[in-house]
Amino acid sequence: MTAGTKPSPAPAAGEAAAPARRTQPKPRPHWRLRLRHDWPLLVMALPMMILVWGFWWIPSLGNVIAFQDYKPYTGGVFGSRIVGFTHFQALFGDPEFLRALTNTLSITAFQLVFYFPIPIMLALLMHSLASERLRSMLQSVVYLPYFFSWVLVIAIFQQMVGGAGLLSQLLRRNGFEGLDWMTNSDTFILLVTSQAIWKDAGFGAIIFLAALAAISPALYEAAAVDGAGRWRRLWHITLPGLRPVIVLLLILRLGDALNVGFEQFFLQRSAVGSQASEVFDTFVYYSGIRVGDFDYGAAAGLFKGVVGLVLILAANKVAHMLGERGVYSRS
Amino acid sequence: MNRAAWEEKPTAAGRAGKALSIAVIMLLILFPLYTIALTSLSSAETVQRVGGLVVWPSDGVSFDAYEQMFRNPVVLDALVVSLGVTAFGTLLSVLVSILGAYSLSRPGSLGHKTILFSVLLMFVIFPGLIPVYLWVSALGLRDNYLAIILPMAVSAFNVVVLRAFFMNIPQELFDSARIDGAGEFRILWRIVAPLSKAPIAVVTLFYAVAYWNNWFNAFLYLDDTSKWPLALVLRTYVVESAPLPQASGLESAPPTLAVKMAIVVVAIVPALIIYPFVQKHFKKGVIIGAVKG
Repeated sequence: MTAGTKPSPAPAAGEAAAPARRTQPKPRPHWRLRLRHDWPLLVMALPMMILVWGFWWIPSLGNVIAFQDYKPYTGGVFGSRIVGFTHFQALFGDPEFLRALTNTLSITAFQLVFYFPIPIMLALLMHSLASERLRSMLQSVVYLPYFFSWVLVIAIFQQMVGGAGLLSQLLRRNGFEGLDWMTNSDTFILLVTSQAIWKDAGFGAIIFLAALAAISPALYEAAAVDGAGRWRRLWHITLPGLRPVIVLLLILRLGDALNVGFEQFFLQRSAVGSQASEVFDTFVYYSGIRVGDFDYGAAAGLFKGVVGLVLILAANKVAHMLGERGVYSRS
Repeated sequence: MNRAAWEEKPTAAGRAGKALSIAVIMLLILFPLYTIALTSLSSAETVQRVGGLVVWPSDGVSFDAYEQMFRNPVVLDALVVSLGVTAFGTLLSVLVSILGAYSLSRPGSLGHKTILFSVLLMFVIFPGLIPVYLWVSALGLRDNYLAIILPMAVSAFNVVVLRAFFMNIPQELFDSARIDGAGEFRILWRIVAPLSKAPIAVVTLFYAVAYWNNWFNAFLYLDDTSKWPLALVLRTYVVESAPLPQASGLESAPPTLAVKMAIVVVAIVPALIIYPFVQKHFKKGVIIGAVKG
């Protein structure tokens, strides 16, 4: 090791030491020295970088075809004619696209009201259980469906509330008409929300449970001594304690407003029809890959990506203005 | 019971309400799994007589459905493919992520910011379906298992989980190892990895589940249906109720209900086997610390 010039600054002290380094600027060692010191770290990062660049960032550049009259065989990415924003203009005259957009937004809004509070309530319920064993058992059960694939979840729902499902069997055996919830396009939004709750709400409670555990018991005790009952403690201590997490997750959800998932809708599209089930991602798939209008589909996908990015930045800004921590307060 | 002294006694109504909601939640999740498992273990006659899913275990256990399922080469091949892809993919992903996360946990090293940025930006910028599809096809990976592994091999979330944990390991351990002459690889292998069993277990589960459950990449890139993984067969057989093309002659009719349910059970079982070993870490909040970054 070279003794004269100090090789690369002590690593992990890093973030804590960063401000100190800023106040008394030290000349950075030459990059060659740093390379001699840090090459094992670079070698370690190499496989990850190959995969991240090779399957994430390089294809991201392929979004230029959204501005091209893309010809997959004769032109390719480099030889196709540039047409500017033509595809984007066409998107907004396309009734299918507009339907996908409205469906997506209404599903997001619906789930914000009917899905979002469920993990919070589940966490409150689990947190309130005095018996450690019961709580642990409940946690094990509610986390489980998160690890099932959408294919499985939909297969399970088919067997429960589908046309030949258990509920129909039961109704028919008792002289009622069977019902088929899986192909009814009017109630589709209810169906997808229940599926989302069944699959993900339990796991979604984890983050709220952690926030609940972080609230100091002394606060509860002081409030109780001052005569606050359990509902007032819930309102004045528990909910304010959860607020940062709730705001954080709301921001993330709003930033994700155009993203309601793909598989769930793709898998059920043939059963309920595209009228109700067409969402952004299925539109991208059908217009792009199935029909073969790659440039058009890519334009829809890029639109979604850009709007999503703007939304998440805006939501974060609003959170900061409201005095919350937001998502990227650190950097 | 560990109720604090200042806390009031729970009311009867409150206790009843809690007990009821717990029972309903458990039932909503466990009952479907129970009746599906029971149906898969029933004989064809029982299913015929009941006219659908079997709810009461009255006729004893029959493994007909499983026998039938494994006689069908489609399901058996798909199972082998799924196991292989999951095992290989998970191994690759976990190794790459541990190495990458360790590298990212040493701030101030050469290129650290660039590398960290190209991982963190994956949370907000997505390449989109079409460009990835065209790119993977252009790489000539169609009908190659790499096409269903490589695009999902690195999850930024998992890397960040590991990195957060690595960064919390006390600096003194690194310093003393360095004084003893250990290089980065040895430090990772001898000190960091053994101390990080919990997050590594969680990340392994996440990757394994992602590979096991993924059918869409196979749907996009594998034209040869004999290469399909179980999740895709499940979709075709069970969700769409369609026979698979290459099964013609042997099982060209859509499978019976009991066989369908047997396929569902086979698709669930691996998750059920690994889950108990890993779930205790969720409760300890391995992920949360990382998410808060």
